[in-house]
Amino acid sequence: MNDLPQQLANGLLLGALYGLIAIGYTMVYGIVQLINFAHGEIFMIGGFGALTAFLWLPSGTSLLIALPLMILMAMACSVLVAVGAERFAYRPLRDAPRLAPLITAIGLSIALQQAIWAFYPDATKSRPFPEFEGGRLDFGAFAISRGDLFLLIAAPLCMITLGVFVSKTRTGRAMQATSQDPDTAKLMGINTDRIIVTAFAIGAAFAAIAAVAHGLKYGEVNFKMGFIAGLKAFTAAVLGGIGNIYGAMIGGLVLGLAEAMATAYIENIPGMSQLGGGAWKDVWAFVLLILVLLLRPQGLLGARVSDRA
Amino acid sequence: MRHRSLFIVTTAVTVGALTLSACGSRDDSSEGGGGGKKTVVIGLDAPLTGDLSALGQGIKNSADLAVKTANKNNEVEGITFKLESLDDVAQAATGQQNATKLVGNQDVMGVVGPLNSDVGQAMQKVFANDNLVQVSPANTNPEMTQGKDWQTGKKVRGFDTYFRTATTDAIQGPYAAQYMFNEKKLKKVYVIDDKKTYGAGLAATFSAEFKKLGGTVVGTDHINPDDKDFSSVASKVAQKDADFVYYGGEYPAGAPLASQIKNAGAKIPTVGGDALFSAEYIKLAKKNSEGDVASSVGAPLETLETAKTFIKDYAAGGYDGAFEAYGGYAYDSTWAIIQAVKAVVEKNDGELPGDVKDARKQITEAMQDVKFDGVTGTVGFDEYGDTVNKQLSLYEVKAGKHVPVKTGVFEG
Repeated sequence: MNDLPQQLANGLLLGALYGLIAIGYTMVYGIVQLINFAHGEIFMIGGFGALTAFLWLPSGTSLLIALPLMILMAMACSVLVAVGAERFAYRPLRDAPRLAPLITAIGLSIALQQAIWAFYPDATKSRPFPEFEGGRLDFGAFAISRGDLFLLIAAPLCMITLGVFVSKTRTGRAMQATSQDPDTAKLMGINTDRIIVTAFAIGAAFAAIAAVAHGLKYGEVNFKMGFIAGLKAFTAAVLGGIGNIYGAMIGGLVLGLAEAMATAYIENIPGMSQLGGGAWKDVWAFVLLILVLLLRPQGLLGARVSDRA
Repeated sequence: MRHRSLFIVTTAVTVGALTLSACGSRDDSSEGGGGGKKTVVIGLDAPLTGDLSALGQGIKNSADLAVKTANKNNEVEGITFKLESLDDVAQAATGQQNATKLVGNQDVMGVVGPLNSDVGQAMQKVFANDNLVQVSPANTNPEMTQGKDWQTGKKVRGFDTYFRTATTDAIQGPYAAQYMFNEKKLKKVYVIDDKKTYGAGLAATFSAEFKKLGGTVVGTDHINPDDKDFSSVASKVAQKDADFVYYGGEYPAGAPLASQIKNAGAKIPTVGGDALFSAEYIKLAKKNSEGDVASSVGAPLETLETAKTFIKDYAAGGYDGAFEAYGGYAYDSTWAIIQAVKAVVEKNDGELPGDVKDARKQITEAMQDVKFDGVTGTVGFDEYGDTVNKQLSLYEVKAGKHVPVKTGVFEG
């Protein structure tokens, strides 16, 4: 068990990544009750946006200098796609039965994936992503790689910013109002269409930051990466209580920790050696999800809005 | 049962539809005067897109080169060869559909591919049902030729239509084990695989030989090849004080795994099979790939006298991307089919038997006796359909390149 701190660090870092993506699911769900299954692809497109920005710069540019530009480019791409999706794919279906936008989202997800596959140069295979030079950073009991540092700073910063934005600003309060009761919010003079677009955009911006973090952490981006990451992030959002932004982050962290712990320790339990290790971590993560949903159907922190369906 | 009947219906419909369309095209060609050459299609199945596309494209380009060479040299009198490439995206189900499609095309007389062992397993029966010969340049799982009890010595050939030019994991894993134990003097290994046919098989043959030599397996784990985060597994490896890691699997997961193991503080090499032997592996793992070892079938092409023309022609062909690990084998596989067609044509007074079923059957039979000096050395097949060429090589990543460190023949 002496690698416990290291495994905790692994799990928390992975969880922070899930949490960042999960924000997008939870914000959109909280406001329009739509599960935006194309969100994983919006995350993936952010990764390719960042890579494009890096390739534009003259080779040899320090990654530290390139990073702000990469983040901006990633955000621009993700937000553009997300807002476009909302405008052209989801808005026309806002009053349709709820299955219609859900199927649209799945279709959009496949379309975006294939578009990158077909049109981004050389994207049919994994594209290497720039990584920070130098070894890992040792903190005694545990160590992290340099790529993780970005995630370590970005994730809490994003969460705090979002928390302040939602509770303190005018737009943030309008969002809360729209999520509680869109019709009344509209009567009170809130432009709900604009609020919905803002929710999509914020979710996409967070996904873009997650994509840059993903690239720096794993050193590659590929057209399929949105699928698994999106699925895990959606799970995290449900685990924490979908519709609740803090729930998304907590859900992500719990999921990441569960995966790390399952990989590392399940096999040490007598009689369980066959059911441990990396291949079984997803099974254990989903066992946890089912248990949580059995005991607390609203998720760990509970959804802020009641489901209207 | 329901699956099978559905499958038969699908096959029947596809065959029917394609027969009709093929009839039409044949009429066209006969109208153009009797002197026209007959076209023989060689099918190809490989992952042309997706993670493994670097290897797949190398196979496709090399097969294309073989077909072009045969046409240019007029290798078989009166016959023009044509390559039809299908993409299996490394999925067994897609591979099987492709196989059905190729069987349905009456002009197809042989198939090159696939890359992945699990895809190959899904295709074998489809081809066997219609006597269509298949030569894989890259399948390494021993079960495919010698049956599932091959380890106990009860070798049974399952499919008469299946041949391969690649050597099997039965010798590839042990060969790496001997090298690491005897020459690198590393005694403790952590074994990881991706639970696929190829990866798990390779890891098993490696572990068995390594233990037999006296080495210790300090830990085992399995990963999901679609994942990118292996940090927890990597931390476990770092804890176990292993001398090196053996990974049974392919480079899309192998490269990040090797990289994350080194990032976790274990400065130990990752060793694996031929599916790690790709330039993409180094591109993805970057500096962390340094010192990693991959085994591959055959001798390094660059050192073979026979391969010089191939390397030159490939460069002259203007293909996109390198021929990668299996290029030479794909060329030889294609050439073997061409030679089998040639043998049948020569036996039948200068033309293929008119009946498609008969022609395919004769070509399959002729394949058993095909023997020539190919790009990768002697090409020929034993009673199981395995290559008679049992050479293997090991490559180590040095200064961002796979450098051959040892070549030899595995002996028990």
